[in-house]
Amino acid sequence: MLFWKRTFPLLLTLLLGITFTAQYYVPHPASESLLTEVSVWGQIISGFAILLGVGSLIRSHYVKIKRREAGWGYSGVMFLSMLIMLGAGFWSGGKTEGTSFGWLYSYVFVALQGTMFSLLAFFVASAAYRAFRARTPEATVLLVAAILVMWGRVPLGEHLISGIGSVTEWIMNVPNTAAQRGILIGVSLGGIATSIKIIFGIERSYLGKD
Amino acid sequence: MSAEVVIGAWVAVGLSLCMYSFLYKDNPFFKFGEHVFVGVSVGYLLTITYYQVMTNKLYIPMTQQGKRWLLVPAFLGLLLLARFIPSIAWLSRISFAFLLGISSGLAIPRQISSFILKQVEGTLKPLVTVGDGGVAWMTWAGLNALLVLIGVVSVLFYFFFSLEHTGTVRRIARVGIYFLMVSFGAAFGYTVMARMSLLIGRFDELMLYASASYGYATPVLLVAMIVGLWWWERGQERKT
Repeated sequence: MLFWKRTFPLLLTLLLGITFTAQYYVPHPASESLLTEVSVWGQIISGFAILLGVGSLIRSHYVKIKRREAGWGYSGVMFLSMLIMLGAGFWSGGKTEGTSFGWLYSYVFVALQGTMFSLLAFFVASAAYRAFRARTPEATVLLVAAILVMWGRVPLGEHLISGIGSVTEWIMNVPNTAAQRGILIGVSLGGIATSIKIIFGIERSYLGKD
Repeated sequence: MSAEVVIGAWVAVGLSLCMYSFLYKDNPFFKFGEHVFVGVSVGYLLTITYYQVMTNKLYIPMTQQGKRWLLVPAFLGLLLLARFIPSIAWLSRISFAFLLGISSGLAIPRQISSFILKQVEGTLKPLVTVGDGGVAWMTWAGLNALLVLIGVVSVLFYFFFSLEHTGTVRRIARVGIYFLMVSFGAAFGYTVMARMSLLIGRFDELMLYASASYGYATPVLLVAMIVGLWWWERGQERKT
């Protein structure tokens, strides 16, 4: 049993890891079609993984309602909205144009999503006030860069200070690009190291306990 | 104006105002809107997954194109759900091993190619160019290329922990910090502008729905929201 519980998953990861690392260096149609097929497999498995997440959400809200915990009524609202959206989706065959599903998408989902993220504008402003008090040279650089980028991105900025748009462009293309490249190279090296650790079974936290 | 558009406008305004009520404080209207958002998002995600993945990628190819081997990923997907049953939860490890094995294998050469070699290629630009007019020393483009090179190297020094950050290494890493700060500032500025743009978009819509053709949805619901919040606040005061 220990073989199936622990050794088999590790062997499977090793085999697939080595196969798909090698796949990149084999420019053969069979290798390309293997990659296409496997990406479809990945999408199918991820579809089931969504059920895993939704199942956890449903369970936590169900427990809240069952135990009549504080705010359990809102869990009911969550269930009701989910069922209405699901019902409309299946009723409309997943089509959005001119259907009840499309109506819910435009007037409920998009409206709520837009408002939720726009709400962050207010909190970003208050966070900026706290973060941008230029106490150190580093904070001053951050403050100046942020102000210049914001200023250069609005028509009023260019109207007040001619050429500010070019300064913003330079910040984005030169120092910002340099830092982003440094971060990207660092992250990639870390990603490669982690991938190697997963393939060779050094990193096995995904197996969980037991 | 059709009835479904007017009703839609009232619903959109009502829910938007519920979310904006959080600017006053956490309240039942916001919690209602928040839970509707979660429910609707889950419903939307499930519907899209069902039609775009389960139907288009699994059911139709299996039944109409004879791709019976797609039962394997379907089985692996089902094994993921074993997580809900503690006694057989270990079965999900096989699916995770499959996903991680493939993604790790795919990641290594692609990261090297796209994120390391391509970035290094973009960083190492000529500082001196030779054209029809002869040798051009330190042009504006060359200066920028040099700055990018200094930035990339110094940022990498900052993230390199195998050497102790003292002496020259420390000084180079300090330069890296300044490049990072410019980048964070630029990212912050961009984020603020994106959020502001969303806010303007929402306000624009709220103003549109304030017109007579939409039955004055925004002012009516705004007054109703203020009265509702006042009523709720009064209830809270009575409780305390």
